Amino acid sequence: MRNNEIKTLEEKARIIRKHIVEMIYNAGSGHPGGSLSAADILTALYFKVMRHDPKNPRWEDRDRFILSKGHAAPALYAALAESGYFPVNELLTLRKLGSRLQGHPDMRKFPGIEASTGSEGQGLSIGIGASLYAKLNRKLYRVYVMIGDGENDCGQIWEAAMSASHFKTDNLTVILDRNGLQLDGATREIMGIEPLSDKWKAFGWKVIEINGHSFREILNAFDHAKNVKGKPTIIIAHTVKGKGVSFMEGNVSFHGKPPNREEYEQAMKELG
Amino acid sequence: MWKKESQRTAFAEALVELGSRRKDVVVLTADLSSSVKTNKFAARFPEHHFNIGISEQNMMSIAAGLAGSGSRVFASTFAVFATSRVYDQIRQSIAWPKLNVNIVATHAGITVGGDGASHQMLEDIALMCSLPNMTVIVPCDALETKKAVKSAVDYNGPTYIRLGRSEVPTITKEKTPFKIGKATVMKKGKDITLIGTGIMASQCLLAADELEKEKIDATVINMSTIKPVDKKTVIKYAKETGAVVTAEEHNIIGGLGSTVSSVLSENIPVPMKRIGIPDIFGESGNSEELMEKYGLTSENIVKAAHDVMKRRGVERT
Ligand SMILES: Cc1ncc(C[n+]2csc(CCOP(=O)(O)OP(=O)(O)O)c2C)c(N)n1
Ligand SMILES: [Mg+2]
Repeated sequence: MRNNEIKTLEEKARIIRKHIVEMIYNAGSGHPGGSLSAADILTALYFKVMRHDPKNPRWEDRDRFILSKGHAAPALYAALAESGYFPVNELLTLRKLGSRLQGHPDMRKFPGIEASTGSEGQGLSIGIGASLYAKLNRKLYRVYVMIGDGENDCGQIWEAAMSASHFKTDNLTVILDRNGLQLDGATREIMGIEPLSDKWKAFGWKVIEINGHSFREILNAFDHAKNVKGKPTIIIAHTVKGKGVSFMEGNVSFHGKPPNREEYEQAMKELG
Repeated sequence: MWKKESQRTAFAEALVELGSRRKDVVVLTADLSSSVKTNKFAARFPEHHFNIGISEQNMMSIAAGLAGSGSRVFASTFAVFATSRVYDQIRQSIAWPKLNVNIVATHAGITVGGDGASHQMLEDIALMCSLPNMTVIVPCDALETKKAVKSAVDYNGPTYIRLGRSEVPTITKEKTPFKIGKATVMKKGKDITLIGTGIMASQCLLAADELEKEKIDATVINMSTIKPVDKKTVIKYAKETGAVVTAEEHNIIGGLGSTVSSVLSENIPVPMKRIGIPDIFGESGNSEELMEKYGLTSENIVKAAHDVMKRRGVERT
């Protein structure tokens, strides 16, 4: 059962990666690296893990996903379009004047986007707000927040980390996209964040470490997180920035740069 | 002559009233519940009150998450921590998506007193007015504070409500109408228009009394909403009197005076003068001394009135 399911997810992720590359190439700007590293996790969330209904995007009991690292918007838009929130051909309007697909997610543009993000460090706190709302109003939905590893440099992340465990937000799961790179270089060189797992544990979180490109590990981690009581869970997903396109993999220069024509063609060929 | 009352207590009472009639109100503070007085609400509705600790950035984004989910949020701390400390969180998480978060900032202005410059927020109106989608309200007294808080709960989009620390003269009445975006004309006169906000509205009334002794008949306007400002009222009385003085407990840059002068210069450029803090930081002292030292007094408003009337010329009747 799960084998077939995983095949389907892998295929979906491949399509989402193609969308990401095409959107950013077509827009002439954007962030391929962190969109590609997040693609598998977003695929798992939108096509397996989360309870949501693209036909009824404001469904009160839907699970919420907040992309705190808002620059990975192309990955989110591709997942939303493939889920049926809007037509796939709208993806090519990314970053164009009048488009709903803003450079960074704008929750007022259409339902399905749960928070406006782009300034790093704020999405986790927003997720805590959504999670407190659920507790206060006896709602059973879960809240998922994706943060970047460079985003761990932000002080507000740690304010949020402290308060989430203080408020026992066990309906909240964070995915940390541990791709090892931020804008200017390796996280190890720009701002050391290790021991990451110990830090989050010390802040009172359940920590799960996985390979963020293995659907088996991703799905198991989300299953596990659902059963953790009394504290929030963070899944530290070890990923490769630019995953799926050979010359973008682990290449910091593709953090925020679109491929040129040749690179675009090469990337699309590699993604099949 | 006027009774002095606390705006913070009024805020606390309004919150409790709101809490007892609706379930969607959530109140946040950042380790200041006893100072901003959300503790009254917390005691009655503990589930709906969250103390986020000394993490204002976190508080503002949590407020956004709650509001985005459907809560009517009041996030309260000192003005300095409610604005400059968290400007980006307000900008990104609250104002841009136009969420129903009401930021109630207490301890605004020079009248904070002894705490000195670090706590005397004099730039908050400027910061908040420059944010698209933000509505900026500066109640003049305790009664108006209550009305502002109750109006804000159902207002579409974020509001910034600015309160002081010390007790202020109650110059409005229970039945004085209050509407966000609408100025209140406290007194009508034909010679000069005095526009005050917050604690300076009462100083404008005092100044009008002084002017009356010299047979100068002043209009006094309480401008409780700085943004969107009530242009119609400003233009109407500028036209009728031909001279305007503004008064605020805020930096002279970016507050009431700047707002009114923009309205005047684009519509009816009459002589005007702004009373406010002359682009400097504050210092310790008691509130009265500080008001005196920085010229936030009725005497200064009277002087300014003479000045603008002279510039307007006497030929006018
Ligand atoms: C507060 C803030 N400062 C700076 C930036 C500019 N910026 C955009 S992405 C980025 C690096 C992000 O690194 P990381 O969180 O690791 O994201 P990923 O590697 O997944 O792309 C920076 C510095 C920002 N968006 N927000
Ligand atoms: Mg990274």
